[in-house]
Amino acid sequence: MASFATFGNELYTGKRSYDFVGSKKIWFLIAAAAVALSILLPIAKGGFNLGIEFRGGSEFTVSNVKDRDAALGEKAVQEVVSGSLPRVANVAGNTMRIQTDKLSDDEVIKVKEGLTKAYGVTDNEVTSTFVGPTWGADVTKQALLGLAIFVGLAAVLMALYFRTWKMSLSALAGMAVTMFVTAGVYSLSDFEVTPSAVIGFLTVLSYSLYDTVVVFDKIRENTADLQASTRRTFAEEVNLAVNQTLVRSINTMMVAILPVGAILFIGAGLLGAGTLRDLSLALFVGILIGTAATIFVAAPLYAWLRQGEPDLIKQAKRVQQRRAEHAAKAAPATA
Amino acid sequence: MARTGPKNSALRVLVWLGVILAVLTAVLAGGTMAGQASWAPKLALDLEGGTQMILAPRVEGGSDINEEQLNQAVAIIRQRVDGSGVAEAEISTQSGRNVVVSLPGTPSKETRALIQASADMNFRPVIQAGAGAAVPVASRTPADKLPKPTAAPKNSSDENWVTADVYKKFEALDCDNPSQDKQERSDPAKPLVTCEPASDGRPAIKYILGPVEVKGSDITTSSFQLQRGAQGAVTNQWAVDIQFNDEGTAKFKTVTERLNKFYVAAGGETGSDPKSQFAIVLDDQVISAPRSQAVITDGRPQITGGFTEQSAKALSDQLRFGALPISFEIQSDQQISATLGGEQLRMGMLAGLIGLLLVVVYSLFQYRALGFVTVASLVVAGALTYLAIAILGWTENYRLSLAGVAGIIVAIGQTADSFIVYFERIRDELREGRGLVSAVENGWKRAKRTVLASKAVNLLAALVLYFVAVGNVRGFAFTLGLTAIADLIVVFMFTHPTLQVLARTKFFGEGHKFSGLDPKRLGAVPLYRGAGRIRTPEDRPVAAPRAKNTGAAAEAERRMTIAERRLAEKQEQLAGSSKSASKEGK
Repeated sequence: MASFATFGNELYTGKRSYDFVGSKKIWFLIAAAAVALSILLPIAKGGFNLGIEFRGGSEFTVSNVKDRDAALGEKAVQEVVSGSLPRVANVAGNTMRIQTDKLSDDEVIKVKEGLTKAYGVTDNEVTSTFVGPTWGADVTKQALLGLAIFVGLAAVLMALYFRTWKMSLSALAGMAVTMFVTAGVYSLSDFEVTPSAVIGFLTVLSYSLYDTVVVFDKIRENTADLQASTRRTFAEEVNLAVNQTLVRSINTMMVAILPVGAILFIGAGLLGAGTLRDLSLALFVGILIGTAATIFVAAPLYAWLRQGEPDLIKQAKRVQQRRAEHAAKAAPATA
Repeated sequence: MARTGPKNSALRVLVWLGVILAVLTAVLAGGTMAGQASWAPKLALDLEGGTQMILAPRVEGGSDINEEQLNQAVAIIRQRVDGSGVAEAEISTQSGRNVVVSLPGTPSKETRALIQASADMNFRPVIQAGAGAAVPVASRTPADKLPKPTAAPKNSSDENWVTADVYKKFEALDCDNPSQDKQERSDPAKPLVTCEPASDGRPAIKYILGPVEVKGSDITTSSFQLQRGAQGAVTNQWAVDIQFNDEGTAKFKTVTERLNKFYVAAGGETGSDPKSQFAIVLDDQVISAPRSQAVITDGRPQITGGFTEQSAKALSDQLRFGALPISFEIQSDQQISATLGGEQLRMGMLAGLIGLLLVVVYSLFQYRALGFVTVASLVVAGALTYLAIAILGWTENYRLSLAGVAGIIVAIGQTADSFIVYFERIRDELREGRGLVSAVENGWKRAKRTVLASKAVNLLAALVLYFVAVGNVRGFAFTLGLTAIADLIVVFMFTHPTLQVLARTKFFGEGHKFSGLDPKRLGAVPLYRGAGRIRTPEDRPVAAPRAKNTGAAAEAERRMTIAERRLAEKQEQLAGSSKSASKEGK
């Protein structure tokens, strides 16, 4: 299959070109709709399904167990509350600790009964209490603060590196789209939000900005000597840069997504619910959306932000003029 | 020597990389032999289990702890645990009464003491202050000249507290490199020699402090705000307000009456008598030592000077937390198993391996022999990351959680991206018609910028989150930073030098079909084609259906305007030759 290399060649030379910048209205509309849906659907559905780490929950302690198999406890809880993800651990010798989401009084009694039977212990060897969140408000607060500082600094860094704040703004817009849509899809999957999912989410944010910087660097390179050239307009140069880096974007996305996909579909498929599934879903969706957001949102947005600049308008006019001359020359030949 | 310059230096860089790997391995081997490190990376709570401690807070006076105090207690403990490495401890509350701390592995005695310690705050007057560094042994005061108390001290600021022993300790104390050993809790009735650690660019200071005069439990509350000027207008100076209870108010009045005299005697604003300072001491460390500019009679002192909003908030928080006279009693201390079965880790690893295999297949498919460079680079990156994790597990107590493992697997994608960016740049250069050797050098020049700029974003995220966030997020930041650095090392010290060397081999240099750098496949037309021919205008074959020249057409086309290209396409259609047909011919 030589076609992928040929595909790359054609993209590089501009022979094959996808009009990412020109059709920006469509992309922006799609992005806006996706973001709106990502906000509205989770709200309609009642927000995120936060895990025990965020909300706290119930904790059962089973002492003097004979069989220390964690699966027994998991099954006992899942029989009462289907679809829950209990955290079962063995504590010092013959005690099991089972943590679940917050349960109603009724459910607590049923789970207690279930655990008594599952582990073959007496009634008074199962006790219950409630536990607070391990990922408390203080962790969230610090994480958000860190994120805000990072986004601020990254914006400054990009503005300095690219010498234009418009690139910063476009990159952040792309990241915002990635953020909303990833969170939206995650919420719709109805997977529980665990700290792993949040970590996956943070990975996606850094990946998204990273991906944008790589593509923007090519745009910077292509548009550096724009004023001296009449070959292409600014928007066309941006579009060419995106096309020229398209092979790289696809290759990078594939390489990043193959292991994640393997974990999501093979690992989670075999294991069912758990940390790996949460994390890999967030990553899988995030990497896909992040790559797309760079191409369809960040780059066209940048072209759009700059198209009104007087210098660029003048340059575009020069390009039109030169083309008109050429067309005039060529006309008799085609007639 | 037939060796060329760049090739020589490339080989040198590769040797250096080998040295780095060897040194890291040696360090780890040394640590392992000393019995402190291990070859396997340390695992976090979710994968390895650890120790679960249930702490019952004891409030002075036997009153019940309220929810706010409990949350503050959790925050205090989290700060302490995070301060001792990146172990990703789990801290939560139980039954609204107890604090549950789960630590991976078996925590050391020091960690245990750290968690249990109460936030003990008090106020002591300063007797003497000095620069943070230890006085060099040679220039220390000889034994016969050490201060000797002449009388029993009259008050807490009295220099008679400074005995020969105290002074010797003061000279020897090194606040620039404070020892990590946990000191025994000081006696409130005796003087204390201690440090104010360096912060916000201010150097460390060491002090001899008098006995405790006001206890932290006498603080009712503390807040921070922008200071108000004489007319009541808000200035842009941040200030921390303290409010004492009745007992504290009376004691603080006595202290400030005395200290303010030193302040006035030394010349007020311009003077600098350390005795006019009182030190706020938390867990035996000075957190701030303001001068007493006025006698405080209402028990509402305000601390000003050089605060930022953040440092003012930090101090006010410390004053409030410290004012919580909570100590913790360990109720139970038990081993706890991993919450995620070994099965999760095995499956994760298996899936990760399958994923990696797919990456290898994909790279080989995409980049042919060049794919092997990717794979080799990934192996080197993996080795570096592995060694770093094992060493940091030893020195920083860095532990891998399942989320961390997944993070590293994702990092593969970003690491591979550096190579992809680089290879694509080389291909671009080849398409421009350069020879491979110069394409590698030129492509590298351009790719280097991109790689550095994009990794800077990752490193920035890692640094900010590491210093700001707590708990799991901090662990994540650590992993992110680690892989970004490993990636930079590999692309600069392995991938590029390797390509420089490979570019001079026959297989790659002549663009073998399977090298992934075959100029023909990439549609390049060399500027110089041997036999004195260089690319001529005739080589702009608008309709040149010969397979070999498709690339040339593409190259020429790139140099045309859109109008020219459209025209060319039309002519081509007229000529009845389809490009797709010629493509298949390749």
